[in-house]
Amino acid sequence: MIGGGDSRRPKLELFRDGSDTPGTIAVVAGKRISRADVEHVAALARLALADDEIERLTGELGAILDHAARVAALPTDGVPPTAHPFPLRNVLRPDELSSTLERDEVLAEAPAAEEGRFRVPPILGDEP
Amino acid sequence: MSGGTALELAASVRRGDRSAGAVVDEALEAIAARDGEVGAFLTVPGDEARQAAGRVDELIAQGDDPGPLAGVPVALKDNLCTRGIPTSCASRILHGWRPPYSATVVERLAAAGAIPVGKTNLDEFAMGSSTENSAFGPTRNPRDTTRVPGGSSGGSAAAVAAGFVSVGLGSDTGGSIRQPASLCGVVGVKPTYGAVSRFGLVAFASSLDQIGPLTTTVADAALVLDVIAGPDPADSTSLPDAPEPLVPVLDAGVADLRVGVVDELVAAEGVQPDVRDAVEAAAVALEAAGASVDRVSVPSVEHALSAYYLIAPAEASSNLARFDGVRYGLRVDGTDAAEMNARTRDAGFGTEVKRRIMLGTYALSAGYYDAYYGQAQRVRTLVIREFADAYRDHDVLLGPTSPTTAFPIGDRIDDPLAMYLSDVCTVPSNLSGHAAMSVPFGADAEGLPIGVQVLAPARGEPVMFRAAAIVEDAAP
Repeated sequence: MIGGGDSRRPKLELFRDGSDTPGTIAVVAGKRISRADVEHVAALARLALADDEIERLTGELGAILDHAARVAALPTDGVPPTAHPFPLRNVLRPDELSSTLERDEVLAEAPAAEEGRFRVPPILGDEP
Repeated sequence: MSGGTALELAASVRRGDRSAGAVVDEALEAIAARDGEVGAFLTVPGDEARQAAGRVDELIAQGDDPGPLAGVPVALKDNLCTRGIPTSCASRILHGWRPPYSATVVERLAAAGAIPVGKTNLDEFAMGSSTENSAFGPTRNPRDTTRVPGGSSGGSAAAVAAGFVSVGLGSDTGGSIRQPASLCGVVGVKPTYGAVSRFGLVAFASSLDQIGPLTTTVADAALVLDVIAGPDPADSTSLPDAPEPLVPVLDAGVADLRVGVVDELVAAEGVQPDVRDAVEAAAVALEAAGASVDRVSVPSVEHALSAYYLIAPAEASSNLARFDGVRYGLRVDGTDAAEMNARTRDAGFGTEVKRRIMLGTYALSAGYYDAYYGQAQRVRTLVIREFADAYRDHDVLLGPTSPTTAFPIGDRIDDPLAMYLSDVCTVPSNLSGHAAMSVPFGADAEGLPIGVQVLAPARGEPVMFRAAAIVEDAAP
């Protein structure tokens, strides 16, 4: 993602009831996803969805989340979460010189490049 | 089949009975003649394949060892990076992209003498169970071209089932190697998480993804896995110890093994009666071969699918943030970078990929994180604990691979939940990081292949392959 892009965006509330704190599992998981939720999540995911896509996704995500909400009803008090199947630790390579990707080969595949760099539209408003 | 199994092909090339060039030409001709009706391949780099075959033949002419897979044509799922050869993930957003490097598995296959003859179709970014979610059209099941080959590695499964190649590589995040193997009647292996380097695999869900082989025989799968498995400094999640070679243990039998049939997998939602019968018959075969067989309960696998469809999309929404129109692939212009990002991603991603990015972003967003993602991670812990209990008294477990045999093209594509249910028996092993494989075991009343799933704990590949070899021999 491009740094700085989000700081000027208005902070949006996910909870349409005005709350900005996590509710209990049962309450949150039981909440039906709304069109406004979908629009907000699309903005977070940087997807410029068409109107019909938003409409369709509102229904589909609701049905999928209803199924997923089955997990919310399970008793898991005291069960720690697992983010990864096996314990992870830092893996370091020997500090030796090795080859890297060829810059020109990488930039040749970019949509736009200039002077050895990726070229992007303005990030912070005005043209540079 | 173009000349037999990988073992037979490599042996004949190594002996000098056939040249690698002739073997590869035969595969390319078969693809040209018949892939029009199957649609297994997205790219067939014939010139590169013939050059690679020429190098193998040169080694043989010089008296050098060309490797255990000498001259064996292989099909690579198109989410595996191949330097200079288009790698699309079956997505418009990467259409035409030529990676500046190759995946470790691609390098290892090449070093063993194997010849990549093509990049195979998949559900876009490996998200799907039918290979219908490809931006470049569906793949058809070679056993019945009105039906899906399964997915997401449907192109590699179909390429092997059609006899174009004896070896395909796929990736398995929730069943994407095993389920298409089952539907196409071939062998498919999801190795232990970390057994095979993922460097150069375009990431879908990083805590679940594994690369593995699709082959016509259990022995070929062992041969390929022996080549591609092992630690890799370029993948920090690869397991640091070298795995035990599988080819030498294939014939060890099962007399000392304890096998458990998992009640909840056999009774899972939508399991077809003849699929259930096949699992029971495979258990009987293992018992006849000397294994002790009983039933085992792993209750939390009933919740594995719900947990999976929160965890996998959550990780995908993060991994797919890199497709932003800056460094590779498609760009749709906008007035600023954020608008360019959003327009590019809307135009470049297909329906299922957007659905999962949205689902994952929602599950990770403030206020919902604990109820959905956090709870799914706790269920993941339960699945791991209960499998650990089951493996205290068992060496391998048995269940169906797919609840059903191959379904008609178009049947589930408009019903995401029905499609997700295809993965109900396969996702538990991804959540736990364990090994699992599908072995063909007969056919249903309509003649469609059935797959039986053999599950093993982490690093349990040796016992898994020993059991799989018996199941394969006993298959009707």
